[in-house]
Amino acid sequence: MKKNWKKYFVVVLSAMMVFAMTACGGGSSDGGDAEGGAGVLKIGGIGPSTGPAALYGLAVKNGGELAVKEINEANPDGVQLEWMWQDDEHDAEKSVNAYNKLVDDGMQVLVGSTTTTPCTAVAAEAFANRTFALTPSASGPAVTEGNDNVFQLCFSDPNQGIASAEYIKTNFADKTVGIIYNNADNYSSGIRDKFKTEYEAGGKTVTEATFTDETTDFKAQLNTMKDAGVDLLFLPIYYAPAANIMTQAAQIGYAPTYFGVDGMDGILGADGFDTSLAEGVLLLTPFTPYSEDENVQAFVKAYEDAYGETPIQFAADAYDCVYAIYDAFAKTGLGTDASMDEICEAMIGVFTGGDFTASGLTAEKMQWNAAGEVDKTPKVCMIQDGKYVEQ
Amino acid sequence: MAKKRIKMNTRGLLKGAVKGSEYKKEAMISYGILIIGYIVLQAGAAAGIIGRNLQGQFVPICVYMSLAIALNLVVGLSGELSLGHAGFMAVGAFSGILVTRILETSISSGPVRLVIALIASALIASLAGFIIGIPILGLQGDYLAIVTLAFGEIVRNLMNVLYFGLDANGKLRFAFNHTIDGVDTSGRIITGAIGATGVIKTASFTSAALLTAFTLFVVLNLKNSKQGRAIMSIRDNRIAGESIGLNVRKYKLMAFVISAALAGMAGCMFAQGYSTMAPTKFNVNTSVLILVFVVLGGIGNIWGGMIAAALLTVLPEALRQFADYRMLTYAIVLIVVMICTYNPTIKARVGGFVDKLKPKKDKAKPGKEVA
Repeated sequence: MKKNWKKYFVVVLSAMMVFAMTACGGGSSDGGDAEGGAGVLKIGGIGPSTGPAALYGLAVKNGGELAVKEINEANPDGVQLEWMWQDDEHDAEKSVNAYNKLVDDGMQVLVGSTTTTPCTAVAAEAFANRTFALTPSASGPAVTEGNDNVFQLCFSDPNQGIASAEYIKTNFADKTVGIIYNNADNYSSGIRDKFKTEYEAGGKTVTEATFTDETTDFKAQLNTMKDAGVDLLFLPIYYAPAANIMTQAAQIGYAPTYFGVDGMDGILGADGFDTSLAEGVLLLTPFTPYSEDENVQAFVKAYEDAYGETPIQFAADAYDCVYAIYDAFAKTGLGTDASMDEICEAMIGVFTGGDFTASGLTAEKMQWNAAGEVDKTPKVCMIQDGKYVEQ
Repeated sequence: MAKKRIKMNTRGLLKGAVKGSEYKKEAMISYGILIIGYIVLQAGAAAGIIGRNLQGQFVPICVYMSLAIALNLVVGLSGELSLGHAGFMAVGAFSGILVTRILETSISSGPVRLVIALIASALIASLAGFIIGIPILGLQGDYLAIVTLAFGEIVRNLMNVLYFGLDANGKLRFAFNHTIDGVDTSGRIITGAIGATGVIKTASFTSAALLTAFTLFVVLNLKNSKQGRAIMSIRDNRIAGESIGLNVRKYKLMAFVISAALAGMAGCMFAQGYSTMAPTKFNVNTSVLILVFVVLGGIGNIWGGMIAAALLTVLPEALRQFADYRMLTYAIVLIVVMICTYNPTIKARVGGFVDKLKPKKDKAKPGKEVA
């Protein structure tokens, strides 16, 4: 009997310890509550900080947090920002819960959600509940469709396709173009559709091959491309299959010029991939940590100091989101005591007013249209000596 | 005479018989939890005590309760392990979305559309359950679990490449890639991996609670019927059941198909509570989550499953204050609860404590065990 009591006691005690520990952890990470003269604007952030897509969510969380810290330190007498983060595990249901939690906690403006499917669900809630939302990275067209209050800081998928087609038409006019894309993936097929339409509008044709999530052997697709004489291969896909494609192309002695979009970001960190194969790869990406721009360098340094890793584009997107919201909020002329829907209507007015531009790490002078899509100059980078070099 | 007894049994009116009184008790507790929960939450929301975060979970809580009850029919009553209930949920969810979208122009009342969608999704999900049930219910134990697991994955992967849309004449069309014949962008309803977007929500807390009540009604009545007892006797001893002339396959199929239909309805209600629904939601994790509700609540214990479903839905949200340690805490709580509810020593201790209080309250014991 005594022994059992002990066991029970140990279980309860250890449970209590864990609770105490986690409670401390939660408390200290809140932060940013400093009261300034002009009050505090509460910015909510949503993204997957746990689960398989945690890499993206954590980048957004850290990027946003860094921007808030900088703004608060730069101007302690002005409007202070508070960064409230909630995890959604890359799940639409959890994302709506996270949004509701933020509303309960008094959020005034939303940065999020990070990923497309959860963001689509949250966008509808935010639309009905009148919350201004600027998503750093949810690029699917369904995010902004029909929601006047939701804006994207990243290129939408269709626009990436159009921008890539235009770049290739201008700079590689004499190349034969081929596409290998994932037809089971919304992102990939969305970009491919627009690319094909835009590129073929000039009377040219592209050779196409498809694969699905389970594909690991790309020899058939690559031979199709090789036989058709394709010397520029457009890959609107994520970096993992792209790494496979490049490895297998090298095995069959096929060496086209590769052109990727933002999903290609990360290729240099792909598991078991010989990065020398990625030399000369072109990719459309809004942000590169190797840029010589001094703002980017300062950001990369601050980020590395704070979080111990090199920022990815999601971090830069979130950083820009916070600055864009801060600037736009200043233009609305509202005080920080304004309600969520007052801010929402005023911010929509500023964002679609035509004279509002935001500059940041991912682009200069970004503008937004009424549909919520961003207009910014795409950056094309080439991988040289294991680094991105802007073209 | 025999017929009459069965009829009385189905109503749970067989006074004095052990079965009947147990049934009554179980029904009272199950409906009681649902009704009290509904009233408390509804009152809390009206009084403004309950925030948006919890209010947003009312519909999912009811849906997960229904799913726990439905799966209990297979796992608890029929004694088979199903890892594919998210598949039936998906079938119900997407057929519900299609039906409500088709009816949008002709029926303006949301609740009416919802009821029709629920019926349709029950039919389609039971058809799916029937088709998959015929070949696999000859299998037992692990084999059945593996095949149902595969079924769930097949449904999800199929939905990843299926596109549905309405053409100019309002006719439903589908295709396996994003260009559907005769359907323009505005007519698209379900688009492969993106799933359905822009769904007009028709679910409410009341309708979801009614669905849970309906699910309870079906399962409790089945459990206490001639068929239900046949199902349970096959679970307890298949050979003995066969020897007295029970058609094993028929009864197993009955439990499986009814469970599939109820899961389909729950899926439909779930989808109607969100404006967007992607196939990834219905992956194997969701199937396992439903199974966890059933196991945590006690296999075969219907109201236990309901409480587990409600707690495990609310818990991750209630733990949000732990920020980064949230899922860690969730796992630890789960493990501790699992150990405590199944540890005979702790059970006996809690039971002994409750027994002391017993003279005053009769129902205290089962209530304490789970909580």
